[in-house]
Formats: sequence, structure tokens, C-alpha cells
Amino acid sequence: MSDNEHDVEHDAHSGTQTTGHTWDGIKELDTPLPRWWLWIFYATCAWAVVYWVLMPAWPALPGLAGETDHTRGLRDHSERANVAAAVADLQAQRASGFAALEGASIEQIENDPQLLGFVRAAGESAFGDNCATCHGAGAQGFVGYPNLNDDVWLWGGSYEEIRTTIRFGIRTDHPDTHFSQMPSFGRDELLSRSEIADVADYVLSLSGHEADAEAIAHGATIYQAQCASCHMADGSGDRLQGAPNLTDRDWLYGSERDQVIDIIHRGPYGVMPSWEGRLDAATIDALAAYVYLLGGGESDGAANGPTGR
Amino acid sequence: MSEQKKHAMAAPGIRQSKAEAVNAADTRELYKKREQIYPKLAHGKFRSLKWLVMAVTLGIYYIVPFLRWDRGPDAPDQAVLVDFAGRRFYFFFIEIWPQEVYYITGLLILAALALFLATALFGRVWCGYACPQTVWTDLFIWVERAFEGDRNARMRLDKSPWSFNKLWRKVGKHTVWLLIALATGGAWILYFHDAYDTLANFFTGQAAASSYLFAGVLTFTTYTLAGTMREQVCTYMCPWPRIQAAMTDREALNVTYRFDRGEPRGAHKKSESWDDRGDCIDCKQCVAVCPMGVDIREGSQLECIQCALCIDACDDIMKKVGRPTGLITYETDDNVERFEKGEKPRYRFFRARTMVYATAFLIVAAVMLGALVNRTELELNSQRDRNPNYVILSDGSVRNGYTLKVVNKANEPRIMDLVVEGDPSIQVRVLGAPEDDPMQLSIEADRTRDFVLYLTLPADAVDGPREELRFRVTDRTTGETATTPSMIITGAGE
Repeated sequence: MSDNEHDVEHDAHSGTQTTGHTWDGIKELDTPLPRWWLWIFYATCAWAVVYWVLMPAWPALPGLAGETDHTRGLRDHSERANVAAAVADLQAQRASGFAALEGASIEQIENDPQLLGFVRAAGESAFGDNCATCHGAGAQGFVGYPNLNDDVWLWGGSYEEIRTTIRFGIRTDHPDTHFSQMPSFGRDELLSRSEIADVADYVLSLSGHEADAEAIAHGATIYQAQCASCHMADGSGDRLQGAPNLTDRDWLYGSERDQVIDIIHRGPYGVMPSWEGRLDAATIDALAAYVYLLGGGESDGAANGPTGR
Repeated sequence: MSEQKKHAMAAPGIRQSKAEAVNAADTRELYKKREQIYPKLAHGKFRSLKWLVMAVTLGIYYIVPFLRWDRGPDAPDQAVLVDFAGRRFYFFFIEIWPQEVYYITGLLILAALALFLATALFGRVWCGYACPQTVWTDLFIWVERAFEGDRNARMRLDKSPWSFNKLWRKVGKHTVWLLIALATGGAWILYFHDAYDTLANFFTGQAAASSYLFAGVLTFTTYTLAGTMREQVCTYMCPWPRIQAAMTDREALNVTYRFDRGEPRGAHKKSESWDDRGDCIDCKQCVAVCPMGVDIREGSQLECIQCALCIDACDDIMKKVGRPTGLITYETDDNVERFEKGEKPRYRFFRARTMVYATAFLIVAAVMLGALVNRTELELNSQRDRNPNYVILSDGSVRNGYTLKVVNKANEPRIMDLVVEGDPSIQVRVLGAPEDDPMQLSIEADRTRDFVLYLTLPADAVDGPREELRFRVTDRTTGETATTPSMIITGAGE
């Protein structure tokens, strides 16, 4: 011991002992770690042991730690369980809102500020998750995907009708789905190119677009033979068949002549999934009310809307 | 007797104190460890004034949460309440919503200007009398004195080895300190929840976790700041001592040593004449009573909080030696110089600095008063839907959606009429409005409510990409009205 102490060399300037190593005349100081740093280091070591005991920390051999592959710790902490509990909590919080929604008429929803607020929030959330991909975040729609804000409804715009559409979808394999099919007049060679062009001119003229008078007259004849059974003689459409009103200003597939010709040529086949089974009834209620309340909803029995008859 | 001989005498019957100004500029080294200060109890008018200020400020702090103010059945009846859960601030007849936080801003500006003005006139009176740090430190020193005695006894006790006597005094002191600290932190939380409920809940363990947290934090800070840190808070932590140099000037009434009268200082012998010497007998009582550990005779200095206790101590001595009091007094630097030249003192309370502070104070106060008097209890905001920006209906008419936010700050529910001022052909639909009264908006007391509105402009009325309009709601009972501008986007020309 005394020998050792004798060997220790202290730096003259700082008073710190050296390690005895020398490189090119430079001696390495053996400056100790600051005490506060060292104590924090010891404290973290101690903390690690406490953590191992309390929290899941170590991989475990199969069967040694129950169903998991790691030690559970005394606190039996599980982040997965926490998330499940939080989700259950959230559902419990929302339950009262969904319970109030069940069986409520759209008038009741509209007149109850609390329920109205709930429907708009819950509906917007469900819409964003499930519907916005096709209909747009603001339900404004795209070519081929209807705008849900306006007053145009292919299959009816009452709360009940909207709910039915959401539940069973359009042209799905659900037995209760809305179904109809417009022929592909061009592709299946039911009409010639010029005939299709004339029908397009006639249909466009129904909503005030200008076209050649001869073409319109010719198109009208073909229309009455080929189209009037679904779209009605006056072009006002038929909701029972999802046949749109051709006299209004709304064009699902575009109002350009080329677009109209194209759609007569190939025949549209727009589909929407059936949501029953994917979403619970309460969520479908909220979605239907949300869509209804976007501004275009029709009160029951008001099927004389622009696309109705 | 031999003990007494060690003491130098400052004057017949007056010993020179051994007190050292531990924080004086020439004494304190930059990295020196803190030296404990043992302020001696002073007696006199400023000490009495400080006791009074302490009683009043502590009284306000502890009593205010228990004052009641009737605001009707739907609002809390606590006179002063910061209601975080309800997002309201109540101050007697004033009720402030979160968006009106500018009242608090204004109040802080007023407080700052008042501080500037007070400093320009009377130096650091805030520090010396009313600052919580000063008040609580004073209180803690009072407790310390009650347990351990005055300056000399405390110094002896601290130097003495541990004994039962020392132990119980120390334990007693710290216990009372902790109780006061707890009462300080405990009273703080009463300002944030109903005081009576909170008090009951606090001791039964049912108060909110945040209540215990803040009570705990403030107990800790009170105990450390007033008990153990004391003058270091003022010297090192508080920014005000640094700012004050810019606020005070040569014409401000500061606690000042009249060196024109005092110098040359020195012990005074019984038969010695007072001619050709100063009144200061160098008894160092001013240093002994100083809670900041400075010597006021070195002039104004950063550490001095101007608590005026040295005035009391010095006046006491001056009376004993038969000299006029006021050797240390509230005086301006300019006047001390004038005294030295044999001139008369001059006091100018109205000077550019004070006038600017006072004017700024009055302007801010007037603006705030005006804002408070004209504060509306009915507000209206609108937000137009942007997704979709507009909706073209089947007949070519255009519809825009809006969220109308009505703020009712009154303690009464309201029934209001909505009017859309703009193109008369606009059709209005309010979601959830009664069928027989489609333009009626109703709102509960003290609430905000969102209304969903759809405005439809017929196709033949569209004559541009947008039309300006204005929403107006009018209370059917009181006639109060609020408006907000908006527009309808038609998409024409796109």
C-alpha cells in the first residue's frame, strides 16, 4: 500500500494524479468522474433492478411466464391491456350517445342539441374512416362518386333510405342491395356511334344544353325506345331503379358531351359496399344521420324531390 | 465584566455591534459560501408599519377565498375564483372568459407601471414592504426569534453543540415554519376551487390530485424561500433588483444614509463635542438589523430591499445620544448632495419620468375600464364550410354551410332571432330550429353554442363569384344584438 502510494504521481498544475501513461511527453491525468455524475449512475443502476422486478423486462422460457414470452413484473404491466382498456373506456363514454341515437327519428335528432352534436361528431369520424375515400372528406364527391351534400339522390334521400343504402350497399352481393344495370349501348353494339351521339345531344338538351336540332329530334326517338323505361319519358328518372334524373343540373359522370357519350357507350356500374356486418348498427345510424344532415336530406314522404316522381 | 470589555463602545452605554455586512460589495467574494444573517429585531415606526402591512397582506391572502358573491344559481358564489374546469375567472362583479385573457394582460401591465411609478417615487417600496418574499421571510424570522431569541442568542445557539435545548428550539422552529408553509400552499389552492369544499376535501383526502400537488409545491417553496434561502432569493433569483437601477434615479426617495451628517463617523466619548465630527457613532445597529446583510452607509446597492429597518435602528440610537433622528432616512441622492453644500432640499414628485409612468398607467387603466364597461355579453362568430366550398343543387341554386358560434356570457338563458343581412332571396335553414319558428336560436346561460346553418341562393340570384352578407342575432328580451360578417360563395365563373 505504501509502495503504491509512493508510486502515484500528481500533476503539479492541477494536483490530480496521473495514470502513469505517457505519450510523447504528455501525461494522462486520472481525473475522477464528478461525484454527482457517479451517484446518478449508481442510482440508475439501482433503478434498473427495481424496474426489472416491477415491470416486464426479461425474455422468459416458454411456459415460465404464463402466456407471454417475457417476465411480467410485480405490477403485471401490459401496454396492450392498457390500450384495450382505454378503447373500452372510450366506447363506454360513447355508449350513452349511441344509445340515445337508437330508434330516434331524424326530427328527434335534429331537435336535440346534444344528440345533434353527437351525431355530427360521431358521423364525421365514421365518415372520415369509411366513406371519405370515395366520397371525399367533405362528402363533396368526385366524377362517378356522388356528392352527398346536394339534393340529388339516386336511391332516395330520407333518413331511412340513406340508412338502407349504407346497410346493403349498391350492386353488392347482399340480397337486399340496391341493384339496376344500364346496358352498355356501345360496347354491346345495341346502338351505333351516331345513334349514341344523338341520344347524348337529346339528353343534354333536357337540362338546357344546346345541340343540333336534327340530332336532338333523332335522339329523342331513340331515347323513347331505349331509355324511357328507366329514365322516364320526360327524363325525370326513377329512384326505384336508381335511374338518375336527366333534366337537372347534376351529372354524376360529367356534363361534357364526350362524357355523356362515353357513359352511354359503356353503361355505368357504380358500386358501394354493403356496410352491415362491417359497422355496427349504431355507427350506421350515426352515418346516415350525418349524411342526411349535410344539407340535402329529404323528410319522409318528400319523394317528390327533383329526382323523384 | 471581562466579556463586556471586549466590546468596543460606540457611545456611552451603547456598544458597538460586531455585525458585519456579509453581503457588502467589498466583503463578499464572488464564489464565497453564503453566510447566515441574523437580523436583529428593530423597533420603530417602520417596523410597526411593516407589521401592519404583513397583517393586511396575509389577511387578504387568507380571507379572500372565503368571501362570497351571489351570481345566481348556475355560477359559483366564490368572490374570487379561477375556475379552470369551467374556464372562467371570477372577480366579484367581473367574470372573464378564456378569450378575454387580455384583461389579465392589462392588469399585469398596470401592475408593472405601478411598480415603475412607485420605484421612481419611493425606490423599492414594493420589495421592502409588500413583496411576498419579504412578508413571508419577515414572518419566518419572527418565528425564528420566538424560538431561538434575538440576534445574539441565535448566533450563540447555532455555535453551541447539540443539546436538548438546541434540539427542541430547532425542531419547534422548523415545525412552525412547515405549518406556515402548508397554510400558504393550502390557501393558494382555495383560489382554484370552492374554498369551503376544498378545505373539507383537502383534509379528508378527497381533493383533486392537482390540489395536493400545488399545495405541496408551494409548501416546499415557501419553506425553502422564506426559511432557508431568504435574501438569496432577492439577490440572485429575482430580476427586479437588476431592473430597479433603471427605474430609480437621483430624485427618488430611497432609504439613504445622510453621509453629509454622519461623516466622519466614529465612537463618541462622553464629554466629546459633536462639532467637527459626524453624527454616526459607528454602532453598526443599521447592519445588525439588516435582513440583507448590507451596510446602508455604503450607499444604495443591489442587495438592499429598502425595508427601512435600518432607519428604525438608527433613529433609536440617535435619540439615545441626543442627536436628531433621520441620519438614515428616506431621502434623494440629489438632496444629500445639496445638504452637503448647505443648500435646501428640493423634492420633485412631478418630473418627466413619473409623469410618463403615471400617464401610461392612466391610459391603460382607462382602456381597460372602457373595455370592461363596454364588454358585451353576447358574441357571434361564424365559420363558413370550406369542404365543400359550395354545393350546387339540382335546380342550379347554390348552397353554403356555416357554423354559427353564439357566446352567451350572461347568467340568463337567451332566445334570439337570427337575421341574414344580404341578398333578400337567400333562403336560411337552421339545423334544429323549431319548425314553427325557423329563425329562432336559443342558448343556455353562460354557454357557447354552435348552430349549423345552410344558406341557399337561387340560381337566378347568382350574379358573381361571391356575395357579402352579415349574420345578426338579437335577444328577444333584452334587445342585445351581435353581428358577424360572412359571405356566400357561388362558384360562378369557375
